[in-house]
Amino acid sequence: MTERLFPKIYIYKQMVQAKLFIDNHFAESINLDDIANEAFFSKFHFIRLFKTIYEKTPHQYLTAVRIEKAKELLQTEESVTQVCFSVGFDSLSSFTGLFKRRTTFTPSAYQRLKLQRKQEISRTPLKFVPNCFAERKGWIKKSNFGEA
Amino acid sequence: MITKMNHVSIFVLNQESAYEFYVNKLGFKVHTDAPMGLGMRWLTVCPPEQPDLEITLMPIEEGMMFKGESAKQMRELVRQGIFGFGVFECNDLHATYEELKVKGVEFKKSPTKEFYGFEALFIDDSGNWFSLGQKK
Repeated sequence: MTERLFPKIYIYKQMVQAKLFIDNHFAESINLDDIANEAFFSKFHFIRLFKTIYEKTPHQYLTAVRIEKAKELLQTEESVTQVCFSVGFDSLSSFTGLFKRRTTFTPSAYQRLKLQRKQEISRTPLKFVPNCFAERKGWIKKSNFGEA
Repeated sequence: MITKMNHVSIFVLNQESAYEFYVNKLGFKVHTDAPMGLGMRWLTVCPPEQPDLEITLMPIEEGMMFKGESAKQMRELVRQGIFGFGVFECNDLHATYEELKVKGVEFKKSPTKEFYGFEALFIDDSGNWFSLGQKK
């Protein structure tokens, strides 16, 4: 608690630097030593501090960032295999397993859902806008989308 | 019986710039990005841990919503920083403050101990201000 009341600013700056390093290099083959080095801490101390601040170990955070990025890329036409390797996984089966554990969907099922939703937004965008806003914006009167 | 809020609006001066701020700087997720024709866009984002709360980035444009002088007046009020649309929460205020500063977010108040807890204040790209507190 004392540490939170009187924060050591330099520790926060170093931890933020490490987190941003993960955010910017997640697709590369990085390891914990690289990240700890960026923060100028020993591996053990670094993991403990990182977890205190971000509620995840650096490895857990790296995995989370990769899965989040994969979710974004799966909203495009990129293949699941391409996405897997683009975000830094080196095994399709590990990626699929982790993705399903995090999202309850396989990557391909997630992609299908998201692309379907995108098409629906494109075809019938008013379905996604609360009617009160659509009316106030004049989209209902001026609608060319032929909706009921 | 009302059970929850699912949409809230933030009035912005420019949707593209607001997208850049809320998505790329604050780290919010895009919920719905729908082109509505004639250059109009329905854009909602959500904080990472609240996927069901859609924050509408509502551009202030003269039209059916803002008639006549109202749009100009509203834009000026937003620019002046009159509006504070809410309070955000984070796991660690000091770490979030340092990170957002690196990303170019302008803070009006650095993390400060108040009687109700630690708080910082930042503004978005339009001028709207927000309180940022730490999860208890």
